[in-house]
Amino acid sequence: MREITYAEAIREALRQEMSLDDNVFIFGEDVGQFGGCFGVTAGLYEEFGPERVMDTPISESAILGAALGSALMGLRPVPELMFSDFTTVCFDYLTNQAPKVRYMCGGQVEKLPMVVRTTTGGWIRAAGQHSQSLEGWFTQVPGLKVVTPATPHDAKGLLTACLRDNNPILYLEHKVLYSVSGPVPEEEYIVPLGQAEIKKEGTDVTLISYSLMLNKTLSVAEQLAADGISAEVIDLRTLSPLDHDTLARSVQKTHKAVVIQEAVEVGGVAAQVVKSLVDSSFEYLDAPIKTVAACNTVIPFSPPLEDAMLPNEEKILAAAKEVLG
Amino acid sequence: MELSKEKLLDMYKTMVSIREFEQSLSEAVTAGTLPGFVHLGIGQEAIHVGVTTALRPTDWVSSTHRDHGMLLARGADIKRMRAEIFGKVTGYCKGKGGSMHLAAFDKGAPGCNGILGPSQTINNGIALALKKRGQGDIAVVVFGDGAAHRGEFHEALNLAACWKLPVLAICVNNQYAISVCFDDACAIEDIAARSSGYGIPGLVVDGNDVMAVYEAISETAKSIREDKGPALLELKTRRFKGHFEGDPQSYKTPEEVAEEMKNDPIPLFVKQLLEQEITTEETLKGIDDEVKKEMQEAIEFAEQSDYPPLEEIFTDLYYEERRNV
Repeated sequence: MREITYAEAIREALRQEMSLDDNVFIFGEDVGQFGGCFGVTAGLYEEFGPERVMDTPISESAILGAALGSALMGLRPVPELMFSDFTTVCFDYLTNQAPKVRYMCGGQVEKLPMVVRTTTGGWIRAAGQHSQSLEGWFTQVPGLKVVTPATPHDAKGLLTACLRDNNPILYLEHKVLYSVSGPVPEEEYIVPLGQAEIKKEGTDVTLISYSLMLNKTLSVAEQLAADGISAEVIDLRTLSPLDHDTLARSVQKTHKAVVIQEAVEVGGVAAQVVKSLVDSSFEYLDAPIKTVAACNTVIPFSPPLEDAMLPNEEKILAAAKEVLG
Repeated sequence: MELSKEKLLDMYKTMVSIREFEQSLSEAVTAGTLPGFVHLGIGQEAIHVGVTTALRPTDWVSSTHRDHGMLLARGADIKRMRAEIFGKVTGYCKGKGGSMHLAAFDKGAPGCNGILGPSQTINNGIALALKKRGQGDIAVVVFGDGAAHRGEFHEALNLAACWKLPVLAICVNNQYAISVCFDDACAIEDIAARSSGYGIPGLVVDGNDVMAVYEAISETAKSIREDKGPALLELKTRRFKGHFEGDPQSYKTPEEVAEEMKNDPIPLFVKQLLEQEITTEETLKGIDDEVKKEMQEAIEFAEQSDYPPLEEIFTDLYYEERRNV
């Protein structure tokens, strides 16, 4: 199968859905002729024109408000926020507004299709306001789906699923993954939302992660294999709704689990996964579940500090070995 | 007056009906039978009726937490309105929105928003969709002088002007944001003066004169329908009640309250109707009686309606089906 990058896979999903449905349109800061600050929308302005790929002023509230309003009217907006850190200046739309519309009007509005694309994660040496992993906040919002692709294949399939869904969705693209290549079918396809995937089967321990952390976790699984340990690796792919069943099945088989996230260790997705496993599989566990996460501090600029603050393979490996005893 | 006699009497009836509706809510608050709290629009009926009379049924109008009247004037069912405010399943939002989130989407009235500001940016999305449809319909957003100080006022009007959206922004300036008077919250006299910052027309109108409101909105809407871009109107008025019902308005002097009452929009309109010999006191009395009867029926309807079943806690959160391509 041909290989393309994660960024190209996202662009291909956008292009294919825009070709299929005139109601799909993109807008945000620098997404037009400039092609987006990470180049993801490059060429779409030329292909679809200024009415379907629209630049905006630096006004994140206006961007998400326009998305919500146009979705109410039957359009399928795909707004882009340059960094997920900027959700803080338009938080209302992702928490109080879009996810609540359908519920609070008693279903008068049936469909609210809006896919907010934004970037997440560290290691780009941009310090504490451009590097965070804030997905945990958004998993606390009923009515909002949260999607975190880790591979080019899933990036395309999950985004296609999002663009065909009829709910508000936060789609988080990891900046470090943009240049990573992998096999991606040329035709359209869907990776269903709400389904985790076992990326590597194993029997001794379950390693659960998502987004960029999946790659690091798979690498750790290889290191464990060299020591004769069979690790099962699960990619959550969608954080909300969470796929409790896949998690439970795996841990009831391996009896041990480590949950890995890039976000700070307090609260968040890993804690929720632990809760899920305690609820479903406590009596199957042979060891306490461990989590690996960023230290509970601000992401520092200086590269050695950032590298030490964020989770890495050594930390994942150490946690796995501790669980394995 | 260019409007027909029937239309003018209809406007009178709607103003009286809104007054009656709000008055009966005030009584329910006093009686302790109303759940939560309400913000009453008594004194602002000329705005509700003047604005909606000037609009097409296919236009959209978003309003504020003080605008039960805007929905009623838009033709919303008074029984379902009352039922919603009492948390009943027969309400517009099945009892899941309440007073502050009443909406009648079938009347082009997405209604109130619990947060000040977002309705202005969301309205841009509605306007964008209407512009794409190309039928000359416009998106009106009504907000208070308090909401004019949110950043969204700026983000929304700037984007609307850049994208030349069919937006009519209406600031209802009743001189108080809860307890803080306008002069303490704004360094200029008129919000409408800010229009020059966006290169759009701005106009100040007496918000207690229903005909003046109607004429100003009609004129401005005509220009917006002709794709001349957004406009900002400021309607000066007063609220006769506190911010919420029960607010003793300790921030106003008795003299100020007495002065406000002199400009009651309903007697003002009655005077115009009688002076121009459009109708008689007897006819108006007949309308008043009819309104009281309809109100009584609405009260009984709400009283006799059920609360939503407990299953409603989880319904309307997500739209389950995926779009077919």
